[in-house]
Amino acid sequence: MKGSLTLLSSPAARSTAVSFLRMDMKNMREYVGWLYYQYLLVTGIYVLEPWEQSIFNSILFTMVAMVIYTSYVFVPIHVQLALEFFSELVRGQPESTVALMN
Amino acid sequence: MTQNSSSKLLNGDALHRTKQDTKAGGNGFVKNHCLFRQKRYRRPAEKSHHASCTSLYKKPFMESFEETPLLVAVLTYMGYGILTIFGYLRDFLRDWKFEKCHLAREREEQKAFVPLYQDFENFYTRNLYMRIRDNWNRPICSVPGAKMNLMERVTPDYNWTFEHTGNVLKDVINMGSYNYLGFAENTGTCADTASECTVKYGVGMSSTRQEIGNLDKHEELEELVARFLGVESSMAFGMGFATNSMNIPALTGKGCLILSDELNHASLVLGARLSGSTIRVFKHNNMQSLEKLLRDAIVHGQPRTHRPWKKILIVVEGIYSMEGSIVRLPEVLALKKKYKAYLYLDEAHSIGALGPRGRGVVDYFGLDPSDVDIMMGTFTKSFGAAGGYIGGKKELIDYLRIHSHSAVYATSMSPPITQQIITSMKCIMGEDGTTLGQERLCQLSENTTYFRRRLHEMGFIIYGNNDSPVVPLMLYMPAKIGAFGREMLKRNIGTVVVGFPATPISESRARFCVSAAHTREMLDTALNAISEVGDLLQLKYSRKHRRGSEGTDCFSFLEGHQD
Repeated sequence: MKGSLTLLSSPAARSTAVSFLRMDMKNMREYVGWLYYQYLLVTGIYVLEPWEQSIFNSILFTMVAMVIYTSYVFVPIHVQLALEFFSELVRGQPESTVALMN
Repeated sequence: MTQNSSSKLLNGDALHRTKQDTKAGGNGFVKNHCLFRQKRYRRPAEKSHHASCTSLYKKPFMESFEETPLLVAVLTYMGYGILTIFGYLRDFLRDWKFEKCHLAREREEQKAFVPLYQDFENFYTRNLYMRIRDNWNRPICSVPGAKMNLMERVTPDYNWTFEHTGNVLKDVINMGSYNYLGFAENTGTCADTASECTVKYGVGMSSTRQEIGNLDKHEELEELVARFLGVESSMAFGMGFATNSMNIPALTGKGCLILSDELNHASLVLGARLSGSTIRVFKHNNMQSLEKLLRDAIVHGQPRTHRPWKKILIVVEGIYSMEGSIVRLPEVLALKKKYKAYLYLDEAHSIGALGPRGRGVVDYFGLDPSDVDIMMGTFTKSFGAAGGYIGGKKELIDYLRIHSHSAVYATSMSPPITQQIITSMKCIMGEDGTTLGQERLCQLSENTTYFRRRLHEMGFIIYGNNDSPVVPLMLYMPAKIGAFGREMLKRNIGTVVVGFPATPISESRARFCVSAAHTREMLDTALNAISEVGDLLQLKYSRKHRRGSEGTDCFSFLEGHQD
């Protein structure tokens, strides 16, 4: 796609670039469609009626959205606390042995 | 020498064999699996069985049942779990009348009785089978030869009802019919002689065999079948299923023992249960399991009284159609002779399809037909007709003529069918003066080898013996069963897909039946379509033949050193 963008100088090159873009978009759409088909087959949703598929997709999407939101809110804080705890341990160790010796 | 090594085999000594050469283009990991070295734990990626004693088998016995990849098994169970949850949801909606119920239900007055439709089989049928039902019972409107015509159907309400549009799908390549030698045709000598016979005798028999339904054609057929099999005498019946289920009760009864294989056909199971004998099941094609059962039976006798069994009957099939495996007949015969049991061999799929002269699994292994006590088979698969036969010693067949339920109560075989069998059997034997039969036999074995090799190279998991014309291709996931059938029909190829309850629930498969009527071009078309659908549905699970591997990747290295 980057290569096609640099050729945008002449109109002929522009039309080929546009057709490349369109083909890439088409290939991308086809690939995403094929991935969705694989998801339908593996989970077994393929055999269900459309309204059942919508129910399952919405439930799954809701759960995934909740997981992402929770990880966005809590993971940085947890990681920071964990790092603090372990660095406390490492720093605390030489201090206590020094205290004992004294 | 055969006796010596077979008795060593049966006494539990470990036999050390020389490593056999790997077949070019065949299995990459040929494991020499000595049958009696059971103590060491090993977890093979595939179970490949070799002849336990090379002197019993005249050519290599190559079977493979590759293990299910773990991820695929987990995803299959997950898929079934999700579909079960939706099944419960739909049942709830049907129960509370939110949705119209299309099925049989109990009446209001019967609600207090024991429920009829609550077991898993009914749940599975109405919630899983119904959704992909359009892959089965497709109406055919031409002769089921190598190519056939199908009626097109549409369903407005998700497979509960079907409507015919009036269109006919022409020249669909038929990979599902049991047409091994291509005799399912409406032109040629078989069809001509059958129509002459119809003109002479009519179609209906209107009587049972014992009353007035015994034609001279039946006598001719039975004499021909006996010559074909190499036995003293034989008897023909009108229906293959009824041959098994009605004759086993005539042969065994209370006080007899039936040892039947795990994966025997429903007709054999039904016949065994109807007979009232004790039934014990041994693991599929597993000779140690069979030997253990035989020894226990002889040592301990009948359950409570410890009297010796009146008869011990071993029931096996020639080719098992769901697995594509061939019975280990030389070993079974060795066991039978040692422990003095009787052998009932059901050659429904193997007669006409195996062996250099087409005489079935006995011919394939090069054994003596008089060793097998009861040779049963059907005319449905390789002869293009219907019905079954039993062959054996003259005393046995004379006894069956009087005591078989089928001879007493069932209508005898129809005349044009009898003539079709006579003509096709003479063609296979070469007695009609042409070499057509021999050509077809060669064509079938060539087609089988080619088809299996190509599918193996593509990377699918194929079960069974390399020489069997029944080719099961593993699908595993429930949604892929429906998707495979529909995608193949879109590409004009008719296939049979099989799921639960005919197979274990996580091992659903597509079953191809190779025919001598398929030309190389048809097979190539079919193989290209299968490969395309395999890529579309991601069915190429096999870990042995990666594309372009030389068999020297890390798996083969590990496998080779596990031994």
